[in-house]
Order: sequence, then structure tokens, then C-alpha cells
Amino acid sequence: MSPRLSSPNLQLNEQGKLKHFLSLEGLKPHHLTEILDTAESFINPQTQEIKKVPLLRGKTIMNLFFEPSTRTLTTFEIAEKRLSADVMNLNISTSATKKGESLLDTLWNLQSMQADMFVIRHAESGAAHFFARHVAPHVHVLNAGDGQHAHPTQAMLDMFTIRKLKGDIFDLKVAIVGDILHSRVARSQIQALSMLEAREIRVIGPKTLIPPFPESLGVHVYHDMKSGLDDVDVVIMLRLQSERMKGALLPSEKEYFNLYGLTEQRLAYAKPDALVMHPGPINRGVEIDSAVADGPQSVILQQVTYGIAVRMAVMAIIMSNAAQLAQAEQENPEETR
Amino acid sequence: MTPLNQDVSTLIDELCEQIQKHPRFSPQIKMLGIRTGGEWIAQTLHRKLALTEPLGVLDSSFYRDDFSKVGLHPEVQPSVIPWELTDQHLFLVDDVLYTGRTTRAAMNELFDYGRPASITLVTLVDRRGCRELPIQPDITALKLECSQTLKLHGPDPLTLSLIEPAETEL
Repeated sequence: MSPRLSSPNLQLNEQGKLKHFLSLEGLKPHHLTEILDTAESFINPQTQEIKKVPLLRGKTIMNLFFEPSTRTLTTFEIAEKRLSADVMNLNISTSATKKGESLLDTLWNLQSMQADMFVIRHAESGAAHFFARHVAPHVHVLNAGDGQHAHPTQAMLDMFTIRKLKGDIFDLKVAIVGDILHSRVARSQIQALSMLEAREIRVIGPKTLIPPFPESLGVHVYHDMKSGLDDVDVVIMLRLQSERMKGALLPSEKEYFNLYGLTEQRLAYAKPDALVMHPGPINRGVEIDSAVADGPQSVILQQVTYGIAVRMAVMAIIMSNAAQLAQAEQENPEETR
Repeated sequence: MTPLNQDVSTLIDELCEQIQKHPRFSPQIKMLGIRTGGEWIAQTLHRKLALTEPLGVLDSSFYRDDFSKVGLHPEVQPSVIPWELTDQHLFLVDDVLYTGRTTRAAMNELFDYGRPASITLVTLVDRRGCRELPIQPDITALKLECSQTLKLHGPDPLTLSLIEPAETEL
């Protein structure tokens, strides 16, 4: 049994293991590698005739998406069903919060329906942490994207894709291109790449879409594609988050594409075997040219597939940790109290 | 841990003999080892029997019935089943058969891949008297009483040792 840690991190249990998955802040590299290693094991069941494993049979998982989502919601739902959990998607458009019920009352009502895990997407940064602070001790919260703050499972599936196709993340040069300022995905990717010791992390974009003091994130900033993409191993394109933009941060989408759109010509600045990634949904002709998005170096659809295995891994690890903690408490009630 | 006075290679030779006499044996049978000990034994059997089909490896961690108690095995790895198993005769290999729960988990996983024509259970050791499920080996080389807890060390050389006091293992 692991010694008890005084864990100030809301995401970790008394044994220092994942209890919630809210962001990558405060986690250790071993938490990330555990997710990546476990996800490898879930690649196989996807090739089986019956793509399910019975790990979470009898567990109830509720997907609470207060923001539109196709890819994330669908891959979470598939992952949950492949783990044999009972899944419920809350229809926010007809939910009680629309009728004036507070988020907390909604949460407690859903918890009373014996939910074991909530997967939450919300437009407000910190929403997943808010849920995690208020759920019962046996309930777990996963962040499926909160405002401009974090999207940890997206970052982990990106890390998995890179590791799967490049062998390792260590020693790679990775460029993240576009709207860094508004992107929760970029924040989580930068944290993950730093923790997994990527050789160099670059961000490329116009000054208006780069957050202040970017060097504090441990990244190198570029404002032009030619020097930014020079000799990189991975190019991650970001979607323009026009719905989060206030004020005129860009003259036009056309001009943005002219300066920062990924074309075949610009991709040639990167290494010949560089991967092209995008968290989706892609805006063709805005941040990426169709010839690149559909080209031989694009792994955008593989990212979606790997997202299922990574999300299965996160949920399996969290429920496994809960089981191990409960067992330890049963065996050593004094030590774990 | 006390080394067991049993030569593992002799025990494996004994398994080979029994497998070759089995009515379903042919060099084309499909063999799988349960990770980790069963995989080591299956590798040796596969070589000695000169089987023509590649060896499969099962990691049934996702199918264990004690997940809600003990969680995931920390070193879970993907199963490798390099052929279609529907309508095939399988020889499933493990090191020690004790409660029968690992075998049950392995069979559950196999049925998620397809419907085998038959499964023949091969175990190096049968720890008798502690079975919790109606599962028995078809082929075994050593029968021991339940009170004797064994551990297989490997992959090279393969050795067996007795563990005192007895630990619970499936």
C-alpha cells in the first residue's frame, strides 16, 4: 500500500493517484506516462469483433456538455460504452439550468441518481474544478474542456498520437500554430509537452493571438511560418476561436490564411516526415489547406481514433485508483483515515 | 522463497508429450500463453512442438473479476492474437492453475475475439483443492496441494519456487 500523501491537489487522492482529471497542472510525468501506457492496451480491443471490455460494468457515467461538441462527446461516449459503463448524455438545451436551477443543484440532483463519474464541458474556465470540489467523495470528474483553461484529454490523445507515430516525444521539436491566446487545447498541450520533455516547443501566430509573457510557458515564440516551422517534427494547427474573440484581433480570415495557413509550400519548411495534427474541427482554407489536411503527413483522423483509447485509459485508471484506495482503507483504516 | 525440487524443463517436456498425444493436436494448432508465466511456458512449448502458427499472448487484466477490489494491473499490456480464432482449436497455456479465475477471465476475453471450436487448458502446475470455479486443466505436469504457493521465475532460466507464507494469487 502506498504511504498517505498530504495532497493539496484536488485531482489526486490520498495515495497521490488520479481521482479527477481536470488539467495537467500539478501532475507528475508518471501520471501522464501511465495514461499513455494504459491507452496502448486499449488500442487492441478496437480491433476485436466485440469492442468492449467489462471494466466499468455497473458504473454510471454522465456526460454534461454545456457547450457544443461532436468529436469529444462522441469519443467519450464510445470510450464509456467500450468500458461497459452505463452512459447518460444530459441534454443541456432542455436541462434544468435553462429553467433557472443553479449548476450546483443540477450537480447534486444528478449525483442523487447515483452517478459515479461526470464528464464536463463548459464555457467557463474552472467549471470542472468547481464540480470536483462539490461532488461526493466517491464521484469523479473529468474535464472535457473548460473555457480557455484546459482540455487535458485532448492533450493526452495528441501526446499519444505523437508517441505512437514517432516512437517518443523526447527530443522532438513541436510547433503549435494559431490562436494560442484563446486555446485551452494549446495550454494543455504545452504543459504535456513540457512534462514529457519535448526538445523544443514553439508557438507561431500573430501577436494579437499570443498570450502575454509566453516565455513563462517555456515556449519559443515565432510570428512567421517560415522560421517557426523550420526543421520541426510535429506541426499542430489550432482552430481560430472566433466565438471567444472580443474585439478586432484579426483583419480577416483570408488574411490570416495568407499569413498563417498551413499550405504544402509552408509544410515543406518542416522535416520531410513531420506530422500534421489538428484537434478539430478544422476550418479548411482558414488555418489549413485541404491538400495538407487530406495529405500524406496528416494524422488528424488518427488523433480521433486514438482519442477513444486515451479516454478509456483515463477513466479506467481513475476507477482503478478508487478501487485500490478503498481496498487500502479496508485493510489499514488507521493509515488512510 | 524456497527453490522447488522440480526441473521446469523436465515438466515442460512432460507437457509436450501430453499435448502431442492429445486428439486435437496437430502442428497447425493455435497456442496462446497467459501473460506472464503462461507466456514463458507457451514460448518454450511452441518451439519444442515446432508449431507453424505464431504464438498468441493474452493479458486478461481488463477481464478480471477483482477489478473493483484491486484495480488495474500496473503493467497491463495489449493481448496479441495474430490469427482469426473463430472455429479454431486453441491450446491455452498458463503456469499455475489455482482458483480458476484467471482462466475464466482469459476465456471471456477469447470469446470477445470470436467463437473458438475448442479450448484445451494446459497448465504447468495444478494447485488442487482451492478451486473456486468449475475449471480443470486438460493437460498438466505437476499436481500440488493448495497450501503450497508457487512462483514461476523466468523467462530464462525458468525456475519454480515455493513461497512461504502462502500468498493469495489467482
